[in-house]
Amino acid sequence: MSETVITREEIKEFIKSLQGSYEVFAPVREGGYHRFKQLTGDEAADLDFSNTRLSPKSLLFPQSERMFEFTLDETNEDSHILKETPKEYPPAVVFGIRPCDAKALRLVNVNFDNPEFTDPWWAKRLDSMTFIGLGCNDPCSTCFCTSVGCGPFHEEGLDILLFDLGERYLAKALTDKGEQLLGQGGFQEDADVDTRKRAGELKKEAEHKISSHVPTDKLKDKDLLNLFDAPFWDEVAFACINCGTCTFLCPTCWCFDIQDEVSKNQGDRIRNWDSCMFPLFTLHASGHNPRSEKVQRARQRFMHKLKYYVDKYGNGVACVGCGRCVNYCPVNIDIREVFKLMNEW
Amino acid sequence: MSDNPYLPYRARIEEIITETDDYNLKSFKLAFLNQEDEQQFHYTPGQFCEISIAGKGEIPIGIASSPTEKGFLLFTVNKTGVVTRYLHNMKEGDMVGVRGPLGNWFPWEAMEGKNVVVIGGGFAFTTLRSSIVFMLHPDNRSKFKDITVVYGARSPGLLLYKEELWEWEKRDDVNVHITVDATEDPEWQYNVGFVPTITEKKITTSENSYALVCGPPIMIKFTQPVLEKVGFSPEQIIMSLEMRMKCGIGICGRCNIGDKYVCKDGPVFSLAQLNELPNEY
Repeated sequence: MSETVITREEIKEFIKSLQGSYEVFAPVREGGYHRFKQLTGDEAADLDFSNTRLSPKSLLFPQSERMFEFTLDETNEDSHILKETPKEYPPAVVFGIRPCDAKALRLVNVNFDNPEFTDPWWAKRLDSMTFIGLGCNDPCSTCFCTSVGCGPFHEEGLDILLFDLGERYLAKALTDKGEQLLGQGGFQEDADVDTRKRAGELKKEAEHKISSHVPTDKLKDKDLLNLFDAPFWDEVAFACINCGTCTFLCPTCWCFDIQDEVSKNQGDRIRNWDSCMFPLFTLHASGHNPRSEKVQRARQRFMHKLKYYVDKYGNGVACVGCGRCVNYCPVNIDIREVFKLMNEW
Repeated sequence: MSDNPYLPYRARIEEIITETDDYNLKSFKLAFLNQEDEQQFHYTPGQFCEISIAGKGEIPIGIASSPTEKGFLLFTVNKTGVVTRYLHNMKEGDMVGVRGPLGNWFPWEAMEGKNVVVIGGGFAFTTLRSSIVFMLHPDNRSKFKDITVVYGARSPGLLLYKEELWEWEKRDDVNVHITVDATEDPEWQYNVGFVPTITEKKITTSENSYALVCGPPIMIKFTQPVLEKVGFSPEQIIMSLEMRMKCGIGICGRCNIGDKYVCKDGPVFSLAQLNELPNEY
């Protein structure tokens, strides 16, 4: 796999040139935050960011997505019959994704594409995308990726990884898809030994800058029921207002609802992000609700990420340490504390 | 299932049977519109489907017919929410969608050569009906030893599948104990008493047996100790759970109990399995 040196100017041109044959998604600044957006016209990516406020999961799994459409017009012979909403999956490039968010897509993929069932929309989008990651030179104080099997220059789920060396980038191809895409740039300069060394140092420095660490080593062997019944859940959930912010921001939260919406005689079956923080999530038609209390719902979120997922997939925790939930929780619930409580219990 | 596991098969309502005298339970006989769909739809008693009504949504409902009954699927539906209310007002000939078969099934291989005790209460008798019809089929009857059924409802008018119950009662290859909590009907010729009480009278051994138990939580709560008293181990007690569901294929995330999804890893669990999961259902 190639390692190429690209100047800032070259990469701008490269991304622009890709827009002819790919949909290009990249971080842009909007208000005080960055978010992933499809670049159109002269719009350029803004790489002066720590991370986007929302994770890029919506590029594969939109917050609201039409699944099927139907007509209720009785004079139509296909009345009441669901048909797949026509969709296209043009080749796309996700540029500037952080390594944590790229790993998150791999963690979520085991849910949407498992040995028994494949979610067609997720799988087709994932297949259509090439991921160009941007390593983190300056992780935030709330980042704890190195504790959860990830890191500021982690390569999992990426096709190309960029090292920001100041005036130049080192672009490391990680997959055939990535190699092919880089090839389209016609970049001439192979990275020499010194540049590669510098990239390695950058990675080490970034890892060293991460000041938050969480323990995970004992989670796998913990007794599930013992953790479930632990007394600390009341304390963890005490301030929680079940707003669902954490689940919407989280790159590994994937729960969704399915609803039919009808206007006049035309209807759609739509799936929308849902949240285990909401009581309606589990409310039975009978009125019974297995998670009627907020402590049950808060426990569900943490148990799912740090125990159920661990046990089910043998794939580590369903958390990449991006720190979004820590940053944006309105009542300062800190998953790093919950890691400690669960791991030490 | 088709390439898209969220896409229902097309089906037509062939027959609607009002099961109970409070009109809250109706059975729907559905026929596939396309023969190919019917041919690839192989199910086992205990499984369920998502019934889909365009514009209303989907509901997870146990399959009440047996795979030995050809040409239709039977679903018995309690009128409770948006979709079930709408379904109850539909008529024969109307179109619906069916997605499935979903979930696991009763442990049929393990139950071969065993006595099978079927205990049901109220409207939680649908996949149990499927199971009884399946076991009583001439191709299958010899695979099982004694089959005993205890089935109860609050009153005679609330029992499901009444004609069949009376027929089974007369047969000598199945022991059927029908009961009601109370009745003022002087003609009532079956048992009066709660399901756990009748179970205690009729089920006296757990030897070489499996018990399939479906019913309201209160019935299960009081039946469990009765079964344990005659020696049923948690491995021998099999239950089927209900949960709010959407996708039915273990992806949308809401029907979990611990690390298990009721829609995919269940709905059938042994008591031994449930004992290892959080009590959150």
